[in-house]
Amino acid sequence: MKEVINLPVKNIEEEEYHINMGPQHPSTHGVLRLVVSLQGEIVKSLKPHCGYIHRGIEKMCEKDTYPQIIHLTDRMDYLSAHINNHAVCLLVENALEVEVPERVKYIRTIIDELNRIASHQLWWCSFGMDMGGLTCYFYGLRDREKILDIFEESFGSRLLHSYYTPGGLMMDIHPNFQANVKAFIKYFRKKIKDYDDLLTGNVIMQLRTKGVGILSREDAISYGVTGPSGRASGFACDVRKHHPYGVYDKVDFKEIMGTKGDTFERYMMRMNEMHESMKIIEQLIDNIPAGDYSAKMKAVIKLPAGEYYQRVEASRGELGVYCISDGNKTPYRMKFRSPNFSNLSALDHISRGVKIADLVAIGGSLDYVIPDIDR
Amino acid sequence: MNFSLYDFTSFNQWIDKFLYDHLPAFWAIAVEMVIIGVAILLFYALVGLFLVYAERKVCAFMQNRVGPNRVGPYGFFQTIADFIKLMLKELIYIKNADQLLFNLAPFIVIIASFMAIAAIPFAKGLHAIDFDIGVLYVIAVSSLGVVGILLAGWSSNNKYSLIGAMRSGAQIVSYELSVGLSLVTIIILAGTMQFSEIVEGQRDGWFLFKGHIPAFIAFIVFLISSTAETNRGPFDLAEAESELTAGFHTEYSGIKFAFFFLAEYMNMFIVASIAATVFLGGWMPFHVGSWTGFNHIMDFIPPFVWYIGKTFFVIWVMMWFKWTFPRLRIDQLLTLEWKYLLPINLVNILLMAFIVLMGWHF
Repeated sequence: MKEVINLPVKNIEEEEYHINMGPQHPSTHGVLRLVVSLQGEIVKSLKPHCGYIHRGIEKMCEKDTYPQIIHLTDRMDYLSAHINNHAVCLLVENALEVEVPERVKYIRTIIDELNRIASHQLWWCSFGMDMGGLTCYFYGLRDREKILDIFEESFGSRLLHSYYTPGGLMMDIHPNFQANVKAFIKYFRKKIKDYDDLLTGNVIMQLRTKGVGILSREDAISYGVTGPSGRASGFACDVRKHHPYGVYDKVDFKEIMGTKGDTFERYMMRMNEMHESMKIIEQLIDNIPAGDYSAKMKAVIKLPAGEYYQRVEASRGELGVYCISDGNKTPYRMKFRSPNFSNLSALDHISRGVKIADLVAIGGSLDYVIPDIDR
Repeated sequence: MNFSLYDFTSFNQWIDKFLYDHLPAFWAIAVEMVIIGVAILLFYALVGLFLVYAERKVCAFMQNRVGPNRVGPYGFFQTIADFIKLMLKELIYIKNADQLLFNLAPFIVIIASFMAIAAIPFAKGLHAIDFDIGVLYVIAVSSLGVVGILLAGWSSNNKYSLIGAMRSGAQIVSYELSVGLSLVTIIILAGTMQFSEIVEGQRDGWFLFKGHIPAFIAFIVFLISSTAETNRGPFDLAEAESELTAGFHTEYSGIKFAFFFLAEYMNMFIVASIAATVFLGGWMPFHVGSWTGFNHIMDFIPPFVWYIGKTFFVIWVMMWFKWTFPRLRIDQLLTLEWKYLLPINLVNILLMAFIVLMGWHF
C-alpha cells in the first residue's frame, strides 16, 4: 500500500536562499568566501569560509630561524607589514633581554605610525568603493603613494619591507627621511579634509552607515574584536596605550574611543586615528636620537626554552605572537593571534537582519585583510 | 532648395518632394523610412561611442587620472577599439539559462532606447516623428527597457542577476512616477504635449525660468528621478558592482553586454535630451528679454549646437553625481521616491496649476 507523504508546504516568502559571496567577489577584498543566506534582500545568517589563501605560515615558522620568520610575517597582514615585523622583533628582544638603542625605538614607532596611516588610507579607498563611491579609491591611493615613496627611498621596498630585524633595523634611515615625512604630514593634513568632504560628510554615506551593524561592547569583548572596530564599541583595547612598546609611553596621544559601535563609528575611528598617528609622528620626527641603528646580536639567535607572548597594535587590531621555544634556533611552535580572524568572527553576529548592501558596508568597516585571516 | 543650418524644414520638404516626384508613393515612404532609420542608427552609434569616451574622461578628471590617452589623439578612438573588442569576443553559452529570453533581453533594452530617440527634436525640422503626444510616448517607450532588464535577470539563472533585476524593477516602476509627474508640471505650463510646440513655447524664455519655483522644483526632481530611471549614479543598484558583481548583466559577454552598455548611455542621453527640451528650451537659443544685440548673437549659433550643448550639460551633471556620491540602499531609494519626491511632486503640480490659473508665470 502506498503511503501518502505530506510534504510540508513552505511559505515562499519565508524561504531562504543562499548566495556565495566570493571567493571571487569585488567586496570581499580578496579570496574570502561568505555563504550568505538571504530572505529577499535581508541577510539571515552568513558563514565565512576561510582558507583559500592559507599558506601554512605558522608551520613554516617552525622550520625557520627568527630573522627569517620576520619575512613571513610581512605576508600576513600585508598592509601593516612593519607592525607585524615589530611584534616578532619585540618577542625575540624581550626573550633575550636585549636593550635596543633609543634611536631604533623612535624610528620603529614613526614607521609603524606611517604604516598605520597608509593602511587606513587604503581602507578608506576600499570602504568608499564598497559604498559605491569609486572616486574615493583614487584619492586614497594618491596619498598612500607618498608614504610608499618614503618607504621605498629608505629601505627599497614598498609593500613587504622586512625592515626590522631582531635587535634593530636592517639599515639606517635615508638622510631625506625626516624632511620627507614632515612634508608628507603637511600635505596630508590638507588632503584629509578632501576625504571628509567627499565621503564623511555625504548624506547618503551617513544614512547608509549610521545605526547599521551595531556591535555592543560586550559582544566586542566576547568575540575579541580589537583595533578601531573594537574601540568603536567602547572596548578600550589599544595596546599602544595599555601595554606600551617602542616609545608610545613617551608621546602624547589619545586612544580614540566610540560609544555606538555602528558602521559610522567604526569609520570615524579610523579617520580620527589617522590624525592621532600624524600627531605621534610630529612629536617624534624631530627628536630621533643619534646612535646605532641596531643592537649587537649573535649571528645565530636562539631563544631560551620557554613560552613567550608579545602583542602589538596592528592597524586592524591586536596582533599577538605566541612562541614556544625549546632552545633551538627555530621555534618549536609559533602561533599568531591575527586581528582580522577575530574581527571576521563577529561579522555573522552584526550583519543579521541587514540588507546585502549593508553587509558590504559592514565588511568594509571591519576592514579585513584575507591573508591575515588565513595565514 | 533653400538649405540652412537654422531650419531643416525646407531641406526635409525638398527630399520629400524629390522622392515623391521620382517614385511611387509606397516606395517613397519606404525609402524615407530607411533614410530616417539609418540616420538615427548612425547618430545613435556615434553618440553612444562618444558618451562612453566622455564618461571615461570626465571620471578620470574627477579622480586625478588622465583617462584613455593611447588610441588616437587624446584617446579619442579608445571606445571604437573597445567596441571592436566586444564585437569579437566570445558569446558565452550558459547552461540552464533560458536561451530565448536570455538572447532577447539585450534587444528589448536597446530597442526601447532606440524608439525613444525618434521623438526627440534635435533642431528645427530635424525631428523623426512629431507626435502630438510626444512626451507621453517617450515616457511610455523608455519604460519598456525595464522589461529587458527583468528578463535578463530572470533568464540568466544567476542569483546576483535576479537580485539586480528585481531591484531595477522596483526602482524604475517607482521613479517613473516622478519622471512623469515632473513632466506633467511643465505640460501644464506649456499647454501641449507635442515636443515641437513645447520648444516653440520657449522662444521668449526657457520653462525653467518661466515657471517660477514649481518649474525649478520640477527640474530638480526630474534630474534625480531620471538618473534613477537610467540606473546610474548614486542609484545604480541594479548593477551595484561591489554587492552584485555586475547585477543583471553579470552573465552577458561580448556584443550582448555591449548592447546593455550602449543602451545605458543612450538612456542617459535620452533623459538629458528631454530635460534639455522640456526645461532648457531644446534647440532654442538663450534669450534675455530686451537685449536685442545679445539675442542676435545668440541666434547666430545654430540650433543643433544649442541642443547638443544643453544636453551635454545635463549629461555632465549626471556624471558628476555618479562620480562623487556613494550608492543608496534599496529601501532608502524607495523611501526617497515614495515619501519625498512623490508628495513634493504632487504639491508642485497643484502649485503650478494655481500659478498658471492665476496667470502669474512669465
